[in-house]
Amino acid sequence: MLLTAGLGLALLWAPEDADQGPSQRIFYIHVPIALTAYACFGWAAWKAFRLLWKGDDRADLESYTAVHIGVIFGLLTLVTGSIWAKISWGVWWTWSERQLVLFLILFLFYSAYFMLRYSTEPGPRRARTSAVYALFGAVLLPVSFLAIRLADQLLHPTPLFNRDGPQMSASMFISFCVCLAAMLTLAGAIYLIELTGKRIDARLRELREQLA
Amino acid sequence: MIGYLSDVTALARKDLLVELRSRDTVPAMLLFVVATLVVFHFALPDDSSRLAAAGMLWIALLFTALLALVRSFVAERDEAVIDGLLLAPCDRSAIWLGKTLSVFAFLALAEAVALPAFALFYEPVTWELIAGVALANIGIAAVGTLLGAMAAASRARELLLPLLFLPLAIPLIVGGVGATLAENPGRYLGFLGLYDLIFAILSWASFEYVVTE
Repeated sequence: MLLTAGLGLALLWAPEDADQGPSQRIFYIHVPIALTAYACFGWAAWKAFRLLWKGDDRADLESYTAVHIGVIFGLLTLVTGSIWAKISWGVWWTWSERQLVLFLILFLFYSAYFMLRYSTEPGPRRARTSAVYALFGAVLLPVSFLAIRLADQLLHPTPLFNRDGPQMSASMFISFCVCLAAMLTLAGAIYLIELTGKRIDARLRELREQLA
Repeated sequence: MIGYLSDVTALARKDLLVELRSRDTVPAMLLFVVATLVVFHFALPDDSSRLAAAGMLWIALLFTALLALVRSFVAERDEAVIDGLLLAPCDRSAIWLGKTLSVFAFLALAEAVALPAFALFYEPVTWELIAGVALANIGIAAVGTLLGAMAAASRARELLLPLLFLPLAIPLIVGGVGATLAENPGRYLGFLGLYDLIFAILSWASFEYVVTE
């Protein structure tokens, strides 16, 4: 597993050579991180659904870990996006950048997930409540995106900045895909490590309770 | 189907009657929303546009709604009414629907006072604003009731509910302010309707999981 993570990081550095401007480079990191965060939240929602539908108890830890990693990657998205904004446009934050605003909303939403988990007693109730909340997050994603688009039209009638379109040359596209694969692999590796750790913790707690 | 509807009506009636007799929540909401509108006058600079006033109205309505939502589950939690409700032979989602209807009623009452006050202090109230408020109410009541049940199970109830609620309320604010200010409010009203539909169905379906021990 650690080998996979290392390989992922190594792949990240390679494509830095094959591109145009220095400031554009962050695109290779920023967008894969963002897409990975989406993937984590989607995975969390899927596990949450399995918990509610099938009553699979192990899915609680899986969903929780996925949200945790999703939040980390979401934070990274906001930070790298902010850095990119500073380099490209000279401001740390802009409300016209829809993806960043979406991530801000999602970040707030999933941070509240942790508040919910920490202030509820452990047990099946907490697992179910967290699962419902994670599902709401997945639904909130497209709804928020729509909302942000509508808000943009209302508050910023003339779009000032345009996002880089997906028109990329072949070498850039390959680099992008490699980076994306690397990020997903990294996230997957962290996920497995963290999940194993959490399961061991839970098992240890169970054994302690049995001995006591 | 008839049984379900009568359950819902009975539950909504219960909440409304309790409120009628104790008069806890609604007077506080009315006072809060008017006081907030007054505070906003001092918070806004003199030459503020109507944009700012409309935005402030929506914030006032949102926080008044939070008041109602926090209160709506207090009785259930403190006096273990929720256990009685869960033991009753009704569909759990009927509890959600009954509560949502009563929260909607409280919000409507508060807005019946807030909107005239707003018209008096700031700007005339248009039909689009009223429609937006009505649609947003549905969304607030639906999502808020579910989140209130979630928060009621936790230790930090009053703190948790606003935290959980505000990110989900952002689309409602966008829709509501848009309906108030935009040239073609239809799109924003449509969006509010979409939000209501999606989240009401989701809340209705998942309430049972949140409230079961």
